[in-house]
Amino acid sequence: MNFLRSVLTSKWTKVVVFALCLVPLGLLLWKGFHNDLSLNPVEYVEHRTGDWILRFLCITLAITPLRKILHLPQLIRYRRMMGLFAFFYACLHFATWLGVDRYFEWSLILDDIGKRPFITVGFTGFVLMIPLAITSTAGWIRRLGGKRWQMLHRLVYFSAIAGVIHYYWQVKSDVRKPLEYAAIVALLLGWRVWSWFANRPKPGAARVKREEAVTAETA
Amino acid sequence: MLVKRTPDLTYKDVTPKGFYMGRRNFLLGLLATGAAVEAWKRIPRVFAGRSTGTVPHLLSGVTRWPGSTTEAVTPANDVMHYNNYYEFGTSKSDPSQNAGDFVTYPWTVSVEGEVEKPRKFTIDEILKLAPLEERIYRHRCVEAWSIVVPWIGYSFNVLAKAVQPKPSAKFVAFQTYYNPGVMPWGSSAGIELPYVEGLRMDEAMHPLTLLCTGMYGETLPNQDGAPVRMVIPWKYGFKSIKSLVKIKFVKNQPSTTWNMENPYWYGFYSNVNPNVSRPRWSQKVEHRLGRGFFAAPIPTQMFNGYGDQVASMYAGMDLTKYY
Repeated sequence: MNFLRSVLTSKWTKVVVFALCLVPLGLLLWKGFHNDLSLNPVEYVEHRTGDWILRFLCITLAITPLRKILHLPQLIRYRRMMGLFAFFYACLHFATWLGVDRYFEWSLILDDIGKRPFITVGFTGFVLMIPLAITSTAGWIRRLGGKRWQMLHRLVYFSAIAGVIHYYWQVKSDVRKPLEYAAIVALLLGWRVWSWFANRPKPGAARVKREEAVTAETA
Repeated sequence: MLVKRTPDLTYKDVTPKGFYMGRRNFLLGLLATGAAVEAWKRIPRVFAGRSTGTVPHLLSGVTRWPGSTTEAVTPANDVMHYNNYYEFGTSKSDPSQNAGDFVTYPWTVSVEGEVEKPRKFTIDEILKLAPLEERIYRHRCVEAWSIVVPWIGYSFNVLAKAVQPKPSAKFVAFQTYYNPGVMPWGSSAGIELPYVEGLRMDEAMHPLTLLCTGMYGETLPNQDGAPVRMVIPWKYGFKSIKSLVKIKFVKNQPSTTWNMENPYWYGFYSNVNPNVSRPRWSQKVEHRLGRGFFAAPIPTQMFNGYGDQVASMYAGMDLTKYY
């Protein structure tokens, strides 16, 4: 465990993880150069980047439960990176749709965002990630204050939910894969609800403390 | 009282030192076994033996139909490896991988219902019923991609006339072969099977409506709907039903698979119409397969460009209502 902790705190691990997170992009570029992006390359790139947004969102949301359950506070060092990679692949996904799929035809784009529920919800999920990416720096945490920053960054829950709905509404009839993501996101958010209830200060405990304080004062 | 206690652990129970020291290797071994099993499952069926199904063969005596589009034909390889055939899997690459063992010869199609001479046709009879024509049609999927395919066949109305529809026949219902034994992927397709489609009588009798038995000079590959399918070029691709086993002339509008799945998204008519959007796809533009990543989408034409020939059938109909 100590070995694991020192691995997690190593600067080099961070570099390796960063490089690993770029592998999906590297694969897409490789396949692009070798003309191997399936027969419908636009759709292929959209689907692959979409997959990786959801995966990185799940990894981001898994960090807090894992570090509590495994007693590995060092994992927190990777949360921002994972969140930013989710945003990075979301940017690629959005840019592919905007530029290559819709060819910057604004009438088509606005029509899609307004009229196609799966795009409306996906777009919402993406927009919600923008303030999180901007305020991901240490400077912004200081400026906002920890509590407010944390409140703001809970928006990621809605991004993840929006992402799953986007996927679920996009597929025609075989919903097995979107349901897998739905189950993972539900588990990760469910753990938060559970831990919030479990760690809530009990009303009885608070009263005892107050009484103790009162006795201490009168004594 | 003497309590006699036998030690619950003896030296016999001690884990051998080698095994204890090697516990990490043991775990790695487990992982490796798991990985090997996964890899084994993924070895292409090439190694497990050749596919046992029917394979395409050349069709002779095919004439060129004069009405073909002059647009660039989509490479055959694309049309054979990018398929929607949910009985063989829901991913576009599934059908070409999974339909290899599908036996599509011999084959019979039952033609029945409101007709004077109901009968069964063998695929050989169908191939000889009329001269085969190569017709290059645009094919537009509701998912906003399109292909240009040199289909082979003849107008469906030839077959219809052979069974002499009664005046009471107002629609034609089509049904795809379904056998979960050879199509185990169908159970997770999310649609009710067997796949069914339908046309109004005048649509079915329209000369553009093709009873299709081949493409690219050969009989149909399994994943493209062997041995016989419909091709209705002015309608979204899902209307062009594959691997036909039953054709029934009926009095009332028949149920159709995607319409049952979602009546709001998929209408009975499903004519290609850039002005009627679907909740999932804008129908204004389409991506032509085989043109590469940076190719601009092309504008979708009303009735997929076949309006001159088919629009009159829908005169006076509100096509936003009857989509």
